[in-house]
Amino acid sequence: MMQWRGGALMLGAALVAVSVGAQAQSGGDTIKKIEEYRQALADGNPADLWEARGEDLWKQKRGPKNVSLERCDLGKGPGVVKGAYAELPRYFADADRVMDLESRLLHCMTTQQGMTRAEALKVPFGDGEKRSDMEALSAYVAGESRGVKMNVSQAHAKERQAYALGQKLFYYRGGPHDFACATCHGEANKRIRLQDLPNLTETKDAQKAYTTWPAYRVSQGELRTMQWRLNDCFRQQRFPFLEFGSDTSVALLTFLARNANGAEFNAPAIKR
Amino acid sequence: MKYATHLRNALLAAAAAALLVSGCASTPRVSAEQAHDVLKTSFTERGQAKLDRLEQDDVQKTCSYGPGTAPSKEVLDALEKAQLAAIKFPADGKLLGDWRAGERIAQTGTGKQYSDNAAVPSGANCYACHQITPQEISYGTIGPSLLGYGKVRGNSEAILRYTYGKIYNSNAYTACSNMPRFGHQNILTEQQLKDVTALLLDPSSPVNK
Repeated sequence: MMQWRGGALMLGAALVAVSVGAQAQSGGDTIKKIEEYRQALADGNPADLWEARGEDLWKQKRGPKNVSLERCDLGKGPGVVKGAYAELPRYFADADRVMDLESRLLHCMTTQQGMTRAEALKVPFGDGEKRSDMEALSAYVAGESRGVKMNVSQAHAKERQAYALGQKLFYYRGGPHDFACATCHGEANKRIRLQDLPNLTETKDAQKAYTTWPAYRVSQGELRTMQWRLNDCFRQQRFPFLEFGSDTSVALLTFLARNANGAEFNAPAIKR
Repeated sequence: MKYATHLRNALLAAAAAALLVSGCASTPRVSAEQAHDVLKTSFTERGQAKLDRLEQDDVQKTCSYGPGTAPSKEVLDALEKAQLAAIKFPADGKLLGDWRAGERIAQTGTGKQYSDNAAVPSGANCYACHQITPQEISYGTIGPSLLGYGKVRGNSEAILRYTYGKIYNSNAYTACSNMPRFGHQNILTEQQLKDVTALLLDPSSPVNK
């Protein structure tokens, strides 16, 4: 029940917008079905399946170079997964860039396993038919930070630059609707339709939101990551398509993750 | 005397410059131009959402401020004035459409997303942020409740024009409002604007029952 509420809290801007039509016609049915689904899920978070598959993928020899990701450095040394997610995004000297987990995985898949960017990102977000390796790997790595306190660094100049840029972008209004991230996530105790919105400028809400992603999305039957979360928020902001691992995504994630510092990481979670 | 003043001013300026430089080292400043340039490299066109959506107009530029950097009252007043002057009221002078159609528009959340069909008229998604009719209990709270909107205000010509104008361009009355400028940004058609106005002001609308 607590987890469910947490999920409602993290609802993106106008997701409601998309589902409203359907709900208006069959609101009762939809709620009943989701309720049944929730009960079926009560004993376990299906995110476990993504985590297990991600661990397999991490250890498998893959790509043209036929190597596993076990030499991939997520910031705590080659192959160290435990606690890595709680310190991301961070600056990586070998790429001379701040990277979030998914950008870093992409980096390792291309540089170590020899995949092209297109191969590595063939399915960035799963859709039921096609499973996403990226989502599975992210679930595995994130899960290895459960119980670890968020500790995102601002020691490197590029980390400070990414944070400042993320903060600036958080307030950047654009598109036909004039929406910024802050339009929906800049005030306390607001909601869209019945979904509570986290105020991501306030520590408590920011911590609760950030530490519960990635998450298994019941309504989609998929595990979703922060790259997906940002991508779909921007869709609803009426912006164009946010590119995977783009500077905008890394900057915003640095801003959000750093604001969650001190909170215990607790994902993959389960959400609405 | 004059020299002393000059010297003092020069020293003050140097100290301020030093502060700025050291300030940059710990907390970098990011300009709107820098943010815009990064956005340009981070997005690609999809469906109806082209890259021109990353270009800001005057309102978006003025209103993209974070905590502690709100524009002055003069700037906000000028913004409202300019937006008010840009409102196009219907040529036929009729501001009230069909409240039933307005209710459907208020309930519809699709429109202008790259995932939406550009040939289908956009909704206004009013309920995402406002309480409107007593029948709809699934409403958001980013905007104020509009329950009883017309009953409280009546439907004088002034109220009619204000209401239509507010939906057409929220920033004409509240600079940097969170509410989209539905007419100004061509989200709704003139007829749709009239219909939503009627939802709020028609005495037979459930809003005013």
